[in-house]
Amino acid sequence: MTKTEEIANGVLKGDRRSIAKAITVIENNMPEAQGLIAKIYPHTGKAHVIGLTGAAGAGKSTLIEKIVREYRQRSKSVGVIAVDPTSPFTGGAFLGDRIRMQELSTDQDVYIRSMATRNYAGGISKATKDAAKILDAAGKDLVIVETTGAGQSEVEIIRVAQTVVVIHAPGMGDEIQAIKAGIMEIADIFVVNKADRENANKTAIDIQAMLQMDNKKGGWKPPVLKTVALTGEGVAELIEKIEEHRCFLEDDTARKEKLLKTKAEAELLEAIKERVSRTLIEKLKKEKKYDELIRGIIEKTIDPASAAEKLVKKAISDA
Amino acid sequence: MENKRKIRVLIAKPGLDSHDRGAKVVARALRDAGMEVIYTGLRQTPEQIVETALQEDVDIIGLSILSGAHKTQFPRIMKLIKKQGLTDVMVFAGGIIPEEDVSEMKKLGIKEIFGPGTTTEEIILYVKGNLPKRD
Repeated sequence: MTKTEEIANGVLKGDRRSIAKAITVIENNMPEAQGLIAKIYPHTGKAHVIGLTGAAGAGKSTLIEKIVREYRQRSKSVGVIAVDPTSPFTGGAFLGDRIRMQELSTDQDVYIRSMATRNYAGGISKATKDAAKILDAAGKDLVIVETTGAGQSEVEIIRVAQTVVVIHAPGMGDEIQAIKAGIMEIADIFVVNKADRENANKTAIDIQAMLQMDNKKGGWKPPVLKTVALTGEGVAELIEKIEEHRCFLEDDTARKEKLLKTKAEAELLEAIKERVSRTLIEKLKKEKKYDELIRGIIEKTIDPASAAEKLVKKAISDA
Repeated sequence: MENKRKIRVLIAKPGLDSHDRGAKVVARALRDAGMEVIYTGLRQTPEQIVETALQEDVDIIGLSILSGAHKTQFPRIMKLIKKQGLTDVMVFAGGIIPEEDVSEMKKLGIKEIFGPGTTTEEIILYVKGNLPKRD
């Protein structure tokens, strides 16, 4: 048995060490990565993937800990991927989400993995998506992906998750923030955490007001919930809503089909783009014209777009 | 696509002491040296530490202890590390560990002990120079 087969089989059996190795393989894009994903992919699609996002300090990790406990009470197994930013200067990262979930670390049916963004913009990366697939194939009922809370442009998360939960904390911005595009449009469920604070109600009302001006989701009306992650208050209700959303997705088969198709196509295009640009660029760099054109750009006898056009046209006609 | 292999380090605090400034200083230093550092937080049991190391597939574990309980905690941790098949992970320790206990701790499999006064540069140099060869 090859190393890839060994790890893949281990993942499918739910062996924790194999899961750990598998995530390392795909995260570092090791040679076994593609073969590994190919082997486990047919076994994905069973887990309910929840994306949890929101600004730093809103209480995501603390809330996840409570969410996991609640699901464990319902005998569900859970995988958690906690994402933190990589420093653009040093390439290092402090992965500190796990601290808030440490009491769960010895529960054999909970798997927690911390991942760094490794400078992929948008708060989530291919490696994170593949890690979610691994946990799915390993048999986890739920996979929770927590993202960096980089701000408002975290729309990437919808490519991974079926249910997106956006967390706010009171006093993080007025109603104008609530209207801004991106993060507020992707939520299936809104949560105002730290609801014991004074302005929690106002924050919830602001979000409700924004939702009333908007009719996008067609059929699913995103609820606005209040929680106090530290005490667990409101978490049971949050789980109920997550389950409701899951059923909503299941029952609406037309929507489900459409979503699956969109996701599949997005993944295929991403894979194509990565391969095409990698192989094409390698090839173009070797062209004699390449250095000539760079010279031309410096001397302003040609602009970069036209230069690119020339190179690409030649490559396609040669092919 | 940025995909260089990164060194993953677990900084753990076994035992019951609640002094983690040192642990956090080391964690930050290793982060600034380009590593991905996971910090467990305070009061971790040997089971929690080893399970975390396993799930996070770390290359290195740094144990920080200031309560004097290293002679009970470290043997338990190293035993579990063996049991879980993590013997290819490099383990170092720091905090308050008397000179006379160092060789005993090293016999357990802990590669190096960094006592008070160690600079973060020393630790970074050591870690980079003693990376374990992992599968």
